[in-house]
Amino acid sequence: MSALDTTASAGIALSTSGLSRSFGSLVVARDINLSLPVGARYALIGPNGAGKTTLINLMTGMLPPNAGTIALGGEDITELSPQARVKRGLARTFQINSLFANLNPLEAVTLAVCERRGISPRFWENIGVNKDAIEEAYDILTKLKLGDVAYQTTRELPYGRQRLLEIALALATKPKVLLLDEPAAGVPQEESGDIFEVVASLSDDLTLLFIEHDMHVVFRFATHIIVLVGGAVFTEGSPAQIAADPGVREVYLGKRHHG
Amino acid sequence: MANPTPNPTANPTAMTPQAYLLARGRWHPLEIAFWLATLLPFILFPNYLSLASQIAITALFALSLDLILGYAGVVSLGHAAFFGLGAYSAGLFSKYVWGEPFSGLLVAAALAGLLGYATSFIISRFRHLPLIMITLGLGLLAHEVANSAHWLTGGSDGLQGVRTEPIFGVFRFDLYGKTAYAYSLAVLFIVFLCARRLINSPFGLALRGIRENWNRMPAIGADSRAHIRKAYTIAAIIAGICGALLTQTTNSASLESISFQRSADVLVMLVLGGAGRLYGGLIGAAIFMVARDQFSGIAPQFWYFWIGVLLVAVVMFLPNGILGGLSKIYAKWSRK
Repeated sequence: MSALDTTASAGIALSTSGLSRSFGSLVVARDINLSLPVGARYALIGPNGAGKTTLINLMTGMLPPNAGTIALGGEDITELSPQARVKRGLARTFQINSLFANLNPLEAVTLAVCERRGISPRFWENIGVNKDAIEEAYDILTKLKLGDVAYQTTRELPYGRQRLLEIALALATKPKVLLLDEPAAGVPQEESGDIFEVVASLSDDLTLLFIEHDMHVVFRFATHIIVLVGGAVFTEGSPAQIAADPGVREVYLGKRHHG
Repeated sequence: MANPTPNPTANPTAMTPQAYLLARGRWHPLEIAFWLATLLPFILFPNYLSLASQIAITALFALSLDLILGYAGVVSLGHAAFFGLGAYSAGLFSKYVWGEPFSGLLVAAALAGLLGYATSFIISRFRHLPLIMITLGLGLLAHEVANSAHWLTGGSDGLQGVRTEPIFGVFRFDLYGKTAYAYSLAVLFIVFLCARRLINSPFGLALRGIRENWNRMPAIGADSRAHIRKAYTIAAIIAGICGALLTQTTNSASLESISFQRSADVLVMLVLGGAGRLYGGLIGAAIFMVARDQFSGIAPQFWYFWIGVLLVAVVMFLPNGILGGLSKIYAKWSRK
């Protein structure tokens, strides 16, 4: 606890300390110590099975750690439920679309806004009277270029639009820290830039951590890169440092670019 | 009967988001036609008003299950526990306290709601097969409690000596079921209005979110368990009202009201009619009850054979129930 308090003092949005998790003998997170400054754009990279998604699951409370702590804005959130963490400003998206198939984007984002505003328990009033919440939801959709499909059933949307809706849902929770699990996963390469343009245009106060495999995208949008290998932090640093690191080239970049 | 859904695809930009969501809660002409049609039995089938009353009660019961199953995705095989509790408490209340019907309804609603709230803490922790088994277990438990408390409920003999006073002290429950149907229909309609408001509310949207994607809900900051506890309690209250209506309109309460059969039947009705559409349970109940009345006149033992056939056919060919099928046809037809 005391270690956390000191690290969290100066503008640290999210930090982990000694975060560990294993399934039987398989270690998926090994003593992970990270701290994300407010407004940072962090990329989390690593080979398949390195534990990148696991780390997001640990941070968001979807998977309890065996050891270690997580702090959001200096406050220990290790024991909080996933929804309580979201309420405090830690949101995530999913690598595989996790949407509300039979709701339309307006309904889905309005739902998330209503949850944040604490009006979702109201069973006695028509949803339509909540003008502010609905307009906020619609603003988020237009910002993510989903305004024209706001009334179309999610199930029927093109895949790339669904990826954007993933982000819209997370933004509706008004996060301080947003964890993006491969936001452009499955999107054709020529379209993935569009998704990252949207990501890049998000507010500067928002702290971002994204998982991404495309190194061009990583080097273009990240201010800092964390390399995860075998559940442990292999190294971290600025894009230039990571690009120059021979060890990283070997475990990760080398395979991709020269393999 | 189609869902009251506007057709925004025609020109989405013409409608503001708020206007669009408000329009979803607006009454569709078919809905008005449906409710006018519920008055027809008074004129067309004056000899079947007792049946009509039972249909209205069962329809409301199916509606209460729809709130948890159709909207929140909570499958229950023990919903009759609340129906039975309502039935017995209304009966006992009129027997030992007084026979004024509305206070009986309130007492039944309150007790069923209490039981619903208490059990909702268990219900909201489970999903899928464990949930079905737990609701089934609770339902069987309730039945056995009613069965063994012979001194209170009359056990398998049923609760005798229930007397319901005239409504407002004026309208006597007559032999033809005229008052009974008017009373049941009025309660059905009022509760339906509340349920309709509920599904068009922020809470209703949250329930649909739970049904659509349970796993995503915590990631948008939603406490699904709290939502489910509330929905389950509301559904229990409505089921309790249904039980009370049955007791008051028949002046008796029996173990049948709290039986597994009733839990299973209401689930079948809802699936037949189409879950998650508010009117599905109403239509399913009407079809089920009328069919039972007609078939059992021919060969009573054979009746569930036809329900079995119908159930398999509907689930195979109309996954959203009869109402789902009709609304598909309607949507096609109105687009032409």
